[in-house]
Amino acid sequence: MNIIGKKNIFFIISAILIAGSIFSIVFYKIKPGVDFVGGSLWQIKIDDPNVNERILKNFLSEMGIKNFVVYPSAENKSYSIRLENISEADHQKYFESLKNKFSNVEELSFDSISPMIGEELRKKAILATILVLFGICLYVAFAFRRVSYLVPSYRYGIITLICLVHDVVVPLGFLVVLGHFKGVDFNISFLGALLTIMGYSVHDTIVVFDRIRSNLLAARGKLDFAKLTNDSINQVMARSINTSLTTFFTLIALFFLGPFSLKYFTLTLIIGIAIGTYSSIFFAAPLLVVWQTRPK
Amino acid sequence: MSRTKLIWLLIFIIALAILAVFFVYPSGFGNKFKPWRLGLDLVGGARLVYNVDLSQVKEADKASVLEGLRDVIEKRVNRFGVSEPMVTVAKSGDQHRLIVELAGVKDIKEAINQIGSTPLLDFREVFLPEGAQDLEKAVFMSTELTGRYIQKAQLEFDSVTGQPQVSLQFNDEGAKIFEQLTEKNIGKPLAIFLDNEPIEIPVVQEKITGGKARITGKFTVDEARKLVERFNAGALAAPINLVSQETVGASLGQESLIKTLKAGLIGVIIVLLFMGFYYRHLGLGWFSGVALLIYIPLTLALYKLFGTTMSLSGIAGFILSIGMAVDANVLTFEGVKENLKKGLNRASAVDEGFKRAWSAIRDSNITSVITCLILYNLTSSFVKGFALTLLMGVLVSMFSAVFTTRTILKIFIK
Repeated sequence: MNIIGKKNIFFIISAILIAGSIFSIVFYKIKPGVDFVGGSLWQIKIDDPNVNERILKNFLSEMGIKNFVVYPSAENKSYSIRLENISEADHQKYFESLKNKFSNVEELSFDSISPMIGEELRKKAILATILVLFGICLYVAFAFRRVSYLVPSYRYGIITLICLVHDVVVPLGFLVVLGHFKGVDFNISFLGALLTIMGYSVHDTIVVFDRIRSNLLAARGKLDFAKLTNDSINQVMARSINTSLTTFFTLIALFFLGPFSLKYFTLTLIIGIAIGTYSSIFFAAPLLVVWQTRPK
Repeated sequence: MSRTKLIWLLIFIIALAILAVFFVYPSGFGNKFKPWRLGLDLVGGARLVYNVDLSQVKEADKASVLEGLRDVIEKRVNRFGVSEPMVTVAKSGDQHRLIVELAGVKDIKEAINQIGSTPLLDFREVFLPEGAQDLEKAVFMSTELTGRYIQKAQLEFDSVTGQPQVSLQFNDEGAKIFEQLTEKNIGKPLAIFLDNEPIEIPVVQEKITGGKARITGKFTVDEARKLVERFNAGALAAPINLVSQETVGASLGQESLIKTLKAGLIGVIIVLLFMGFYYRHLGLGWFSGVALLIYIPLTLALYKLFGTTMSLSGIAGFILSIGMAVDANVLTFEGVKENLKKGLNRASAVDEGFKRAWSAIRDSNITSVITCLILYNLTSSFVKGFALTLLMGVLVSMFSAVFTTRTILKIFIK
């Protein structure tokens, strides 16, 4: 497969993905979940034919609840209600009213987080992100510590990190779109998924680069870097795709058969791993060739 | 190792795996010996986070107050009939937290009420401003004497009026403080506060030794009896305040568990079939399936042994780790493929493939290990559960990939 020869096509694909993601992040903005900003998230099931989203909304307003958002979930007649951080007493009061008003009301879950706890988690999340990035940078530096031959070590490292951004921005953009249209808030579980993707992405890129480097060291005679890179990619393609595929299969099963609460978390991982595999083969390696053939 | 030894080793590993199957199976022997700990998102229940106000407590006493608070709340939640309630204290910045996890609790509302309604008793010194006689203008100063020193409370009736009273017996430490406090305040009023409300402000007549106090108040018999019960269950030494709660209804949990397990099973089958067919020409594919079938019960047994709470996200982490465990096989098999192309015979191709693959396997898991460790230490319960099972899964998979698969291949590939 001639990947390097078609590199411009892949650059265009990546550029579109990135631009689209950045556009949606800027345009729709990340909607932080209640665990980051505080608030309550209430999931109730109302098995009552006389109830719909509008009626429920009206009733919630009547009870004096302000600033709430209702997301209906058609598949099991349940509603997710996001509201301000309410006290336990209010929670019980509202629940009683709901039970009196409608028939077959069941509380599926109720999460309430005070703004203070939200702020703490936000700080921790930022720290976790910084630490993961730091750990990954150390790992990248370690992986490329050996003497560089023809391509300076730092270039491998920098491209690996560019790829990392590529692999995180795309699922993040996707999440933002999901947040806008499906009302999915960006909560800590998505951050967990994104950080897991980071680890995956970096490792995948390193596998490809490692092969390129060992082929460089073994190369004799006149060197065609583009061809060597292309050969290297083809040598590792099967393993790179297969390692992702096995993970992919388990995640796909979880996505289609698993519970609703894991759906978007799993989807984020699926997208991240797919993008990570794509980028290490079709984005990272071509980038290395471009940087190589036009030295300063 | 000789072939015979390898066969014995494999038999041992398989026996261990079979034992693990019985151990992790959720009924029968394994369940009696050590039941699974299921997260509250699977069995329903509540996770309550309380902020502890220690502003009135001396720095040196903070640890013991927190410990006492934990014990008291543990006693209270034990009454809800939850199999394994967990009450832990945590520190976040300069805030102290009390985390109560009640997996499987039926009546969450009642549980929250019970924990929250714990009486908070303390004695306060009374200072009257210059010239003032009226107690309404008094300033109350907190003292060290609080409900945490109460050893026993009893319902009594005044011999003259028949009024119900609550008599308190302090422990030694409390008795000493009470003695000093009464000595210091002879002839002065001393206020008894219950839940931050003054319930009685008697005037101290003399120094009281022996640590006995009596609250007369104006209770009905019922109120007094309730108060005694609450004191005996333990009074809280510091005020607590519910700052976060997560509750999950039981039906949602049950449904989630079944769905997740089904998804995991299907995922494993797809992976097995994929590996079997993709590497069938190599004659290796199905071996990775055998290794996977050994990996799964062993990892689950390890979770159980360590007492890991299996939550929804935890199971997701485990399922992801299954996918990653096979990565190691892919890396090895691809290496074997290359070696065969180079013209090595099968046995040495496999041998060489393993030697080369190890560094790749190790490297491929380092980033996951780093991420999981950080996530485990710095996030909320959902991600924690995921990170922990994924981390343990990744570690076992490294062992399994090298040890189990290698042993199998050494025996069967000649």
